[in-house]
Amino acid sequence: MIRLEKRPQPSQAWTLATPVLAVGATMIAGGILFAVLGADPLVAIRTIFWDPLFNPQFAGFTRPQLLVKAAPLILIAIGLSIGFRAGVWNIGAEGQYIMGAVCGAAAGLALYPSESVLVFPLMILAGALGGWAWAMIPAVLKVRFGTNEILVSLMLVYVAENVLASVSSGLLRNPEGRGFPGSRNFRNWEAAHNAELIPGTGMHWGVVAAFIAVILAYVLMARHIQGFNIRLTGEAPRAARFAGVSPARIVLVCLGTAGLLAGLAGLFEVTGPAGQISIDFNSGYGFTAIIVAFLGRLHPVGILLAGLLMALTYIGGELAQLMLGLPGASIQLFQGMLLFFLLAMDVFTNYRLRLGRAEVA
Amino acid sequence: MMDLSSISPILLIASIMVSATPILLAAIGEMVVEKSGVLNLGVEGMMITGAVVGFALAVNTGSAVTGFAAAACASAALALVFGVLTQVTLSNQVATGLGLTLAGLGLSALIGKPYEGMKSPTLPKLDIPVLGDLPVLGRMLFAHDAMVYLSLLLVLAVWAFLKFTRAGLILRAVGESHHSAHALGYKVVVVRLCAIVFGGACAGLGGAYLSLVRVPQWTEGMTAGAGWIALAIVVFASWRAGRVLIGAYLFGGVTVLQLNLQAAGAGVPVALLSASPYVVTIIVLVVISARGVHGAPASLGRPFHASR
Amino acid sequence: MLRRTLLTTAALSMAFAPAAFAQDDPVKAGFIYVGPVGDGGWTYEHDQARQAVEGHFGDKVETIYQESVPEGADAERAITQMALSGADIIFTTSFGYMEPTIAVAEKFPDVKFEHATGYKTADNVSTYSARFYEGRAIQGHIAGKMTETNKVGYIASFPIPEVIRGINSAYIHAKKANPDVEFNVVWAYTWFDPAKEADAARALIENGNDVILQHTDSTAPQAAAQEAGNVITFGQASDMEEYAPKPRVSSIIDNWAPYYIDRVQAVIDGTWESQQVWHGIDEGMVEIGQITDAVPEDVKAEALDLKDRIASGDYHPFTGPINRQDGSVWLAEGETADDETLLGMDFYVEGLTGEIPN
Repeated sequence: MIRLEKRPQPSQAWTLATPVLAVGATMIAGGILFAVLGADPLVAIRTIFWDPLFNPQFAGFTRPQLLVKAAPLILIAIGLSIGFRAGVWNIGAEGQYIMGAVCGAAAGLALYPSESVLVFPLMILAGALGGWAWAMIPAVLKVRFGTNEILVSLMLVYVAENVLASVSSGLLRNPEGRGFPGSRNFRNWEAAHNAELIPGTGMHWGVVAAFIAVILAYVLMARHIQGFNIRLTGEAPRAARFAGVSPARIVLVCLGTAGLLAGLAGLFEVTGPAGQISIDFNSGYGFTAIIVAFLGRLHPVGILLAGLLMALTYIGGELAQLMLGLPGASIQLFQGMLLFFLLAMDVFTNYRLRLGRAEVA
Repeated sequence: MMDLSSISPILLIASIMVSATPILLAAIGEMVVEKSGVLNLGVEGMMITGAVVGFALAVNTGSAVTGFAAAACASAALALVFGVLTQVTLSNQVATGLGLTLAGLGLSALIGKPYEGMKSPTLPKLDIPVLGDLPVLGRMLFAHDAMVYLSLLLVLAVWAFLKFTRAGLILRAVGESHHSAHALGYKVVVVRLCAIVFGGACAGLGGAYLSLVRVPQWTEGMTAGAGWIALAIVVFASWRAGRVLIGAYLFGGVTVLQLNLQAAGAGVPVALLSASPYVVTIIVLVVISARGVHGAPASLGRPFHASR
Repeated sequence: MLRRTLLTTAALSMAFAPAAFAQDDPVKAGFIYVGPVGDGGWTYEHDQARQAVEGHFGDKVETIYQESVPEGADAERAITQMALSGADIIFTTSFGYMEPTIAVAEKFPDVKFEHATGYKTADNVSTYSARFYEGRAIQGHIAGKMTETNKVGYIASFPIPEVIRGINSAYIHAKKANPDVEFNVVWAYTWFDPAKEADAARALIENGNDVILQHTDSTAPQAAAQEAGNVITFGQASDMEEYAPKPRVSSIIDNWAPYYIDRVQAVIDGTWESQQVWHGIDEGMVEIGQITDAVPEDVKAEALDLKDRIASGDYHPFTGPINRQDGSVWLAEGETADDETLLGMDFYVEGLTGEIPN
């Protein structure tokens, strides 16, 4: 009989080894999948993991794109991870991301066509506030009434989606857009454009913000007393209360931070890579970021790497569709497998496998 | 100018019953899962897998009943993957559930390729003697297909199971406090795996109802968010079987009603109406929690490991 | 590290252009789809046309595609990667790709771009769209003649000019065929959600509409009509012939194949030029699916005659006198609508009830 025994501390060796093992297992399982679909498995795997980084034809473009694709995921995931550490389960980042983009865009469009240098900072502020305010709804309800934040934040995603659909065909619609839904294009408006800071690198303000968030989160969690309080609340809520940590405060701070960062991600995305508010503006970043947060084991550096890995499978998957004619669905399934393997192997980090009879409890 | 007289309440209610059946099936299954303390966010993935497998089998065997059975099995198998990951290897439930949705959407599209544009056998409307001939009620309540009644029976069965049976009591105990349940000698992991598999089977039936009866056809991504609505309904219902029924009919009803109002020529704020069930759900949540009665199972979403 | 990346990029962008025009290589045509190729409607028809391009040119042309590309931030990357992979001509097949297409086209001056249903062009960007409203006129005529309840249901997607144009065109011709006809429009706010479309069709049928027109892509309304019995429908985007001869009595088919073959040929010949085309029945971009025997002989003949007159240019579906919904004059007697107004159409014509939501 195989039995799991909790390690006193997560294993360092396994922490490093499991992602590698998981990627390896995914390559094997994915290879079989691609072979069944009639593609050369080795070529398919190479296209997904190697070509975005090193294929001479694409890499010059796709390498910076990894940053562009990963930045919002990392930014949102960092915010979520702080809450997850404290046992605050915000799964509505998608809604906060949407509201950040909508509020930021609305603030900007109200000033159109001003070319003032203050436009973009103002939009950033509005975007952050929008995401923050949307996250404050579950936070306040939790603190005031004890309402479950998982469910309220999830419900608010649907509400936000309806708000998005409504404003993109109403309030924020481009008056020169011939009646089509969707806002003005921020890229054609210098003052509000979140452009590449250094051409050809993919670095835009969102990427910068993501890196800053990683560093700040690292400092907060490893060095700062608030970080300690957050972790203590998650691991031993009663001890935290004895130590004078206010659980209400933790909830407000954690959800607030997550909402703020998700809102920022939305704003940077809408003014940069996406360019405009449209009905389909959100493409699930808020949910994918939850996956990224867990793949990164809620650690800032881990999240950075997980975000990049996720971005790699997206872009590599696109190249595989393009060059090998693999159906888009097979890439989705491949990503699902990668996730399953990573999650399943995680068990070795926290638990020891023991052979033998189970003790009687 | 508004002429709502063309909306027939009889037909409206009959439509709502059909429209709500897939989300009702998925929601009642998810409720059992959550009652056992597990949050499976993969309902959408399981539903769409059920939709494609049910359709494929129904086309190949010529029998819609076989389709439904296969759909339940396939989605239960997918749910078992989730169960093993979260209960045996203790992975995070939220992330695993999201992964399940991702995998289910991909898998279903691959399986479904050959079945696009085909027609399948569908379930006949039952011809219930006497009841079906009743004025008003006959057309409204007693002229549906078997799955509509099965879904209602299932709600009743789940309610009775949780309330009156020993197994139901154990399931709830596991969901409220897995450590106490474990201390009492109940096999927490086994109970939860059973609940997860049941939830998967129900989601599969719901998906198959979409592809075999309600639409009926197979197209990629055809569940279009129904699984997420099922999750919302469970919350709305504050984990009570009877309220799941009300919730499903309300959520299904709002869509059908707004379409009917439009069809009757009434100008309706579509976005506002579409968002309303979710806002109502949040209000319901706040009301129950403000009364101090926490509807959610206490161990919901928490991992369980016996050695702790 | 940063610098090296920069240098590589610069070197690469110089290398693309000649590579794309190597003489012996087959011409590569790329397609960006908004939905899965199996949606049975919009994307399905574009992919049918892609396969027609392959069939027509054989070894001379290679085609590539990417499906389910979201219309947000991901579109620009997908189009760029397609250009990088050596595509000589790229068809971006949804309105939401307009801005990304223009942006990518600037970076790849030697690649030709064809954007469907948009209005922005450049030296290497053409736009193409179909005059679906011509087909709607024929549907409207049949609908007006065939309805017994005098109520025609219309499942609309989003309140955009193309959809509004379709409603107006269908209504004008239904009214001509049957002065008592009334239209009931339901806005589904989706292009593709089979369950919701089925519900919308049922709602319309239960409210007494016995003809259902749809501007959404799934066959769900057809199935709902079949179940209800005495209701007729029209195929949308694709023929939906599996529901013929009834409920589906005819259809509007998006036939992109002739245009795609023509444009790829132009790239091969080196004669490609930027243009804005809006093709209709005449050029074959809008096809009228077979009118089945469920339609009486005389109605069928009238419908086919209408089709011929539209195709030959003798008749424009928007010919005055036509008033706007508020009663103000839009087109005087004999006047025909100009394309500019049609492209931005945001009003109902007189007689239609209800308001266009926004």
